[in-house]
Amino acid sequence: MVQLIQIIVVLFAIFAISMAFLRFRDRKIKFSGLVLWAGVWAAAIVVILLPGTSFFFANILGIQRGADFVVYISIIVLFYLMFRLYVKIDNVEKNVTKLVREVAIDRERKRK
Amino acid sequence: MNIYIVIAAYNEEKSIISVIKSLKKEGYHNIIVVDDGSRDKTYELCKKEKIHILRHVINRGQGAALKTGMDFALLSGAEIIVTFDADGQHRADEIKRLTELVRKGEVDVALGSRFLDSKTKVPFFKRIMLKGAIIFTWAFSGIKLTDTHNGFRAFSRNAAEKIQITEDRFEHASEIIDEIAKKRIRFKEVPVTIVYSKYARAKGQSIFNSLRIAFKLILGKLAR
Repeated sequence: MVQLIQIIVVLFAIFAISMAFLRFRDRKIKFSGLVLWAGVWAAAIVVILLPGTSFFFANILGIQRGADFVVYISIIVLFYLMFRLYVKIDNVEKNVTKLVREVAIDRERKRK
Repeated sequence: MNIYIVIAAYNEEKSIISVIKSLKKEGYHNIIVVDDGSRDKTYELCKKEKIHILRHVINRGQGAALKTGMDFALLSGAEIIVTFDADGQHRADEIKRLTELVRKGEVDVALGSRFLDSKTKVPFFKRIMLKGAIIFTWAFSGIKLTDTHNGFRAFSRNAAEKIQITEDRFEHASEIIDEIAKKRIRFKEVPVTIVYSKYARAKGQSIFNSLRIAFKLILGKLAR
């Protein structure tokens, strides 16, 4: 019996994979990025259609339920991505400052 | 000696002109104001004065603005750089005393301290926050000061070239101390007076911001 949630997740995953593909075609992300995101969503499809797979991995790690395993992994991945974003934004901020500084100094030197 | 005064200003239209005038009255004519993307008339007002006025088109924070001003001072051939607040809480007639040891070449950095004499009446709550900051700085940089987060400082050219300010916002105050410790720059604290006008008090650091700064510094140390 197919549950409604399974249909939603599968449709969304297909949508996400197609988005990743389009972005790759437009050269907005690299091939490695396409593989990563396609992989993540493909894994989501597998896990939602065959709940046994998540249970299999959960068992190996000593986690009772398959759903718990999925939640734990998701949180770890999310935290990691957040950290990467944090570092990236910090770099962007510093670069903005450098630009703003250059413009400020340049303009004053030209004014004189 | 070629002394440059660097002022970071963010929305300071009410006080900036009188600060500039007080500096000129004391004979300091190399004044660099960095307008940090103010939304008021700070920039327009400063443009009418005979000073260097640099403008950040986007607000980047006090640390970033000071670095911009210091970079410009170095490019202009400054031998001594004094950082001065835009809100009128520092006194222009104390620059002479602050820079004295730097002029003599005895130290490379002179840090203003409001706790070295009893002239400054520090409000109770502010005092507690500052003491916390002092202990914090001590623990992190290994330098024991009587006052941190005092924006009244004098740098020799040599020191200004060595000290790297990378923190854009208020964390730069601790960063400067950190740099002094790391690069073993000769420094000394010099007593200065802080004028706690109603205006300056309203613009001071909130306790939440202080905690945010502490948190960011700890994160920064861990990431290094």
